[in-house]
Amino acid sequence: MTQSYTNYILHLADNALILGQRNAEWCGHGPVLEQDIAITNISLDLIGQARSLYQYAAELKGNGATEDSLAFLRTEREFKNCLLAEQPNGDWAQTILRQFFVSTFQFYLYQSLLTHSDSTLAAIAEKSLKEVRYHLRWGSEWVIRLGDGTEESARRMNKAVSELWCYTGEFFVPADYETAAGSDPAGLKDAFYSKVREVFTQASLAVPENVFMHTGGKNGMHTEHLGFILSDLQYMQRAYPGCEW
Amino acid sequence: MNLLRKYYYGDIPEDKTGAVPPASASGHDWPLWEVFIRSKNGLEHKHAGSLHAADAKMAIENARDVYTRRMEGISIWVVESKYITATNPEEAGELYEPAVDKIYRHPTFYELPDEVNHM
Repeated sequence: MTQSYTNYILHLADNALILGQRNAEWCGHGPVLEQDIAITNISLDLIGQARSLYQYAAELKGNGATEDSLAFLRTEREFKNCLLAEQPNGDWAQTILRQFFVSTFQFYLYQSLLTHSDSTLAAIAEKSLKEVRYHLRWGSEWVIRLGDGTEESARRMNKAVSELWCYTGEFFVPADYETAAGSDPAGLKDAFYSKVREVFTQASLAVPENVFMHTGGKNGMHTEHLGFILSDLQYMQRAYPGCEW
Repeated sequence: MNLLRKYYYGDIPEDKTGAVPPASASGHDWPLWEVFIRSKNGLEHKHAGSLHAADAKMAIENARDVYTRRMEGISIWVVESKYITATNPEEAGELYEPAVDKIYRHPTFYELPDEVNHM
């Protein structure tokens, strides 16, 4: 397998890990106990997906790479997650909307990977899809609940839309390693935005138009937030190399 | 000075005035729901606990996350707690004690063939 294909697997893994790490920041701080458990459940699902993908990437990479070395010992520029995944939690509305966008994309992406020629990747996609289906359902309900809720919740949801919309375009601009891996994210664009429109309509949220879309994350050009996430995430392994739980 | 304070559950305020979170921020204005879980096909739903949720749909999702994350169930029922009518513990005497000396209501006086299990 080529370096490029390994990068594709790492890209999928990084998306899951970084969003999982962001969601985990809510642990113990959720707005109510039930939602604290829900968001951390989703976080664990995502970290589980990341593990499967890192294990596979480590196998492809060889040279003693492990899931841990890939997660804990790569630098900011080596991470290939989309910019959306690393955006701050903000308030509950912003966290919900970020999850909804990523889950919607993952839902269509993993569906398309079910028929991928690499049977390992197809199997990981199949397992992950069950979780993502639930994340999408949960995220959609909360977007609708807040968007179509009180004046306050609608205001926060609209603010979240204006903060995050500009990061949705990156999903559909293929990096070289995506094209090489036979993935066509651009082909998922219509399905993604039509799902978003459907949910936004129910949520009485306006769909922004003509927004400049930020890109770069897939090729390691990140927003200023990723460095801080990694310093949290990687601290133990950097400070105590090889330390075990 | 009157600062805006917002506590999440589990947060301990540092000023020792006690944690009395505003109802709107803590979900205490959400009704309580009772959760019933069926652990596998053929078994009945059993009471698993209760939780707060704004409506039935949210109650189901909360129940899924709170009560089935360790593979406890395959089916969930929720019912708003206010719709459950319960007996009054103070009336236990008149309600239950009359049955105590009526052991003949248990079918324990029959000889059962060995082939009949689980009676």
